[in-house]
Amino acid sequence: MLAMLALIYWQTVVYSTRQADETIDAEITGLAEQYRERGLAGLVAVINERSNPERGSSMLYLLTDQRQRPLAGNLSRWPDLEVEKDGWMRFRLSDGTRRGDGPHIAQATTFVLAGGVQLLVGRDLAESVTFRNRIIVALGSSGALTLLLGLVGGIGLSRRALARIDAINRTGDLIRAGEFSHRIPLKGSGDEFDRLAQNLNAMLDQIERLMAGMRQVTDNIAHDLRSPLGRLRSRIEMALIEEPSTERYREVLQQTIAEADQLLATFTALLDIAEAEAGSPHTQMAPLDLAAFARDLVDLYEPAAEEKGLRLTLEHDSGAKAAPVEAMPLGEAAALEVRGDRHMLSRAVANLVENALKYTPAGGTVAIRVGRNGTMAQLAVGDDGPGIPAAERERVFDRFYRLEASRTTEGNGLGLSLARAVVRLHGGAITLEDNHPGLVAVVSLPLAS
Amino acid sequence: MKLLVVEDDREAAAFLVKGLKESGHTVDHAADGREGLVLATTERFDAIVLDRMLPGMDGLAIVAALRASDNHTPVLILSALDQVDDRVRGLKAGGDDYLTKPYAFSELMARIESLLRRGAGGKTETKLRVGELEIDLLARTVRRGPAEIELLPREFRLLEYLARNAGHVVTRTMLLEQVWDYHFDPQTNVIDVHISRLRQKIDKGFAKPMLHTVRGAGYCLKGA
Repeated sequence: MLAMLALIYWQTVVYSTRQADETIDAEITGLAEQYRERGLAGLVAVINERSNPERGSSMLYLLTDQRQRPLAGNLSRWPDLEVEKDGWMRFRLSDGTRRGDGPHIAQATTFVLAGGVQLLVGRDLAESVTFRNRIIVALGSSGALTLLLGLVGGIGLSRRALARIDAINRTGDLIRAGEFSHRIPLKGSGDEFDRLAQNLNAMLDQIERLMAGMRQVTDNIAHDLRSPLGRLRSRIEMALIEEPSTERYREVLQQTIAEADQLLATFTALLDIAEAEAGSPHTQMAPLDLAAFARDLVDLYEPAAEEKGLRLTLEHDSGAKAAPVEAMPLGEAAALEVRGDRHMLSRAVANLVENALKYTPAGGTVAIRVGRNGTMAQLAVGDDGPGIPAAERERVFDRFYRLEASRTTEGNGLGLSLARAVVRLHGGAITLEDNHPGLVAVVSLPLAS
Repeated sequence: MKLLVVEDDREAAAFLVKGLKESGHTVDHAADGREGLVLATTERFDAIVLDRMLPGMDGLAIVAALRASDNHTPVLILSALDQVDDRVRGLKAGGDDYLTKPYAFSELMARIESLLRRGAGGKTETKLRVGELEIDLLARTVRRGPAEIELLPREFRLLEYLARNAGHVVTRTMLLEQVWDYHFDPQTNVIDVHISRLRQKIDKGFAKPMLHTVRGAGYCLKGA
């Protein structure tokens, strides 16, 4: 900005100087003309006329004879001239020479005419100096004003920015101090700071979710894996205390292997749940026909169902009537395409089917239904067993949670937790509802568009 | 058969080598990846059991190096990583089978036997014969002696897999993976029920059973 002001100043000064030069040149031309036409007398007359103070001109004239006595003009005596580099002469106008408002500089050129007569034509630079000073003041004050406004604005803006950054820092401090639920406040303006805050908040949410998952796994290990490990240990200890017997040792070792396998399965399930809840990057999402997927599962479980005296049926909502799997020709129903990881989903849904088969008494029916509901594909596993009381339907999704009635049956209480984690990872939802009578587990997955 | 075990965990390696030797195989052992690759390329083995996490060299890199040098020895990859994705990566690198640690030795044994047979066979057959059982893979028909046996598609696939591994133990997990393409442990006895249905069809009415249950391991189809 300073450079710009300097440029403006320089341009103006050059322009006004050039104008002064041109004015003097024009005067000289005019006077020379008069002199040529009317001689010295004419020149005196013109000079007298032009130097009349009434005209208020800033031009200076002085015509002197050979002894430097003034003949005409508005200067009282021949001044002390100093020749400048640009060819002009400068001299000081002081009191007595012309005007009474202090000394100022004048610019002039001189000629020697016939008979030793000398002519000085000049211009008082007071005006141009005043003009120049005015410009300096104008430019200076506008520069100062701009600077001031810029400063105030800048301070204001950076204060606001700093306040927002401060809010982020304070949130960071609070979170480090243990308040994990704290979030950066949003202004609601949607500016860069808000977007940054939203981004950081989303990141914090994700971290909190992961941490909660990890914490739950550690809690689970502490509470639910210690007791089976303890049982395992005491069984081995008992065997060692008893009378040595190869037969007895074999038996205990076999039981130990079975129990260790059970523990390993529980571990695997816990890790799988944690991974699914964390939004595993391992999942291999690919197009998957939910109808064919259901058919494959029914194919796997149908003999086991029959063995238990249950009917396992597959219905397609478009077909709407129950049909045993054998009667269902492959590829008859319209495809229900979702995006999913077949291995993860099959584990999840197999858990639902196994639950239904396990808790439905002989003679009952387990019906798998696929269909669409708006933009969601649905797979429902319904049974006509004892069902789950409404108050418990949400709690059974918790890890290791088991209903009183089912504590004695086999199972680790992780099946539904895993199913829910996997389905959620696929952007879907899983709910348990009343099947009048019995229970129906409904899995909804977004249809692939 | 001559086997190579590449495993850095000393105890796990000792357990493996002992088990495989007791099953009648000759076993060499390498304790790190580099040694494993040198052995695998300089000597001929019928199958390689390869731990995935090794000092010196990644197990997958060894498989890739072997395959790149046109060595097609069957490789069973062992890994503590139990993700379908890891399994896929292991098989893509050129592994022939993938087993997650910890594993049951019977499971490992059954898979190695299966790999050894795959290495020996490899030709495309249209008919499988096990004792008096004859499976026509093109017509999808099964006969035992003169009698034709009607099978459902899944029962046919199950029998085909058992027949391809005739005389050897096939575990429940192998069946679930190969016949149904599932990689989870069912809590119920689903596979057992499928087997008993198949047994109903191929053994009922015959004096000698062909489909045997091997306690604590799996199933075995034997020529009567």
